[in-house]
Amino acid sequence: MKASLGPILYCWPKEKVIEFYTQVASSQIPLVYLGETICSRRRELKFSDYMDLAHMLRNSGKEVVLSTLALLEAPSEYTELKKQVENGEFIIEANDMGAVQAAKENKLPFICGPTINNYNLASLKTLHRWGMQRFVMPVELSKHWLNTVISVEKPEFEIEVFGHGFLPLALSARCFTARQKGLVKDKCQTICIENPKGLLAQTQESQPLLRLNGIQTQSAACIDLTSELSSMSEMGVNYFRVSPSSISSIEKADKLFELGSQTAQVDDTHCNGYWHQQAGFNHLKI
Amino acid sequence: MELLCPAGNLASLKTALNAGADAVYLGLKNDTNARSFAGLNFTPKKLQEAAQYTKQQGKKIFLTINTFPKPREEKRWYEAVDIAANTGVDALIIADLSLLDYAHSHYPHLPLHLSVQASATNLGALKLYKEEFNIQRAVLPRVLSMKQVRDLSKVTPVDLEVFAFGSLCIMAEGRCHLSSYVTGQSPNTGGSCSPAKHVRWQEEGENRLTRLNEVLIDKSGIDEQMGYPVVCKGRYTTEHNSTPTHLLESPTSLNTLSLLPELAKANVVSLKIEGRQRSPAYVEQVTQVWRRAIDTYLNNPDNFQTQVEWDRALAKVSEGQTTTLGAYERTWQ
Repeated sequence: MKASLGPILYCWPKEKVIEFYTQVASSQIPLVYLGETICSRRRELKFSDYMDLAHMLRNSGKEVVLSTLALLEAPSEYTELKKQVENGEFIIEANDMGAVQAAKENKLPFICGPTINNYNLASLKTLHRWGMQRFVMPVELSKHWLNTVISVEKPEFEIEVFGHGFLPLALSARCFTARQKGLVKDKCQTICIENPKGLLAQTQESQPLLRLNGIQTQSAACIDLTSELSSMSEMGVNYFRVSPSSISSIEKADKLFELGSQTAQVDDTHCNGYWHQQAGFNHLKI
Repeated sequence: MELLCPAGNLASLKTALNAGADAVYLGLKNDTNARSFAGLNFTPKKLQEAAQYTKQQGKKIFLTINTFPKPREEKRWYEAVDIAANTGVDALIIADLSLLDYAHSHYPHLPLHLSVQASATNLGALKLYKEEFNIQRAVLPRVLSMKQVRDLSKVTPVDLEVFAFGSLCIMAEGRCHLSSYVTGQSPNTGGSCSPAKHVRWQEEGENRLTRLNEVLIDKSGIDEQMGYPVVCKGRYTTEHNSTPTHLLESPTSLNTLSLLPELAKANVVSLKIEGRQRSPAYVEQVTQVWRRAIDTYLNNPDNFQTQVEWDRALAKVSEGQTTTLGAYERTWQ
């Protein structure tokens, strides 16, 4: 099993993104996903900027995947998506069935991101037939689920688990960040740039619950499955995804196997419930 | 334009058809559908009865199999398809790829509708399901604006169905894990959002506390009208605002009566009423109003106006007694 770095899910200023990937380039992380997956209104980086970063990372020996938008609404978003799929150089992470179709039409291989509903082997095999080379397990599924799926037969595709970071829980037409700041979505001023880790929402008993990231809702708690590294490896998981929330996520992914299980956090700000077939926000001491 | 109404049981089904529904949708009594609540839904025998009654009325009946088959338990979902085919329902409403594959290859003549849980919002996704499984219709997630519905309707390879009225799911359906994050169960996995066994109300002085798996999702006045407790309609604080507010959405229902002419012009073939978990009285009230509205529109498309009493009747059966156009209206977004 190797480490992978998921796409940045937040709106960061262009300089910060470039600084981030410059550091990634000098790390040992073998697999890097990049691209805007949340909102087409975020235009800090254009497609050509992402292509430049992809080239830079590839030249540093990384395998690069271009991640695509998870919720497509306007026809222009689908046109942009097709452009990304047909980039001619890099494989894409499909986060919507529209992207799967665009790849399939062009007979291009693809990776299925965590927002593609893969809940059983037969569906995975169908997607594999269409060109899926690897899938990121939907975040609400468990170790038991994965074991059941792979015990039937050895899969012909790779498996990636969302192992560290804030969980992508839901997508809406509504921009919660803009709404919270008294703005309408069409004139949002890309205000989500003010919240580099999303906007934390707590219950009226001060329990951190959610993280508002534009149209996306994330978990307040950070999933941490680093204590499961060896069991995942034995199961045949190919990649352990670290989803970036700051520059320090690079070190997390880079030194994943050195730091290993002793760094697994079990407190209120971390969770691992889904992996153990429980409510996602639970944190179990294993 | 079809009026498609929910049937949680035989009483609701008959009520809907008598009140003017053109078609009804329902689920089997297990976790093969996303309204798997105790006391709801149909055994295969009841389904037979329901299908017979519906056909006698000259109306249509659709079976909803919109959850995702679990590994090693797939048989239950395949059997649901077999039961539907043998009962002679008019269409299946399916979300999962493998199940679409199964239904399409085993019963090629049985029409397939793509469930809202498949979360298909764009031309690419619709083309994929059409080309691979020959779906005839797709139910659009409640995330598109009216303009986006119109744009999609110009290019879609399949018929479009939209949600017209009922509880408002504000997330892209089928891709929301809020319920499982708090309770361990989601519509995709357990067959329902916010399962009742995790809901607990607690009175504390003047306040009522609403808990979901012990997480406080709302604190309200004892007399305040509350909807069914779901994570997206709770009141929370943020790191910048310590006043509890409905950060995502307040308890409200979707009501698109005023959009009826636009939906018709966009060639939407079916208007879906949400609420298989609601009572026959709800089904009757909502079906009657929508039947009247659709007939009024069809009789005189150019001069359609919603009637105050229609909106009033619908507001009465709405969550929090208020309604919204939801994502259809750009300003809501």
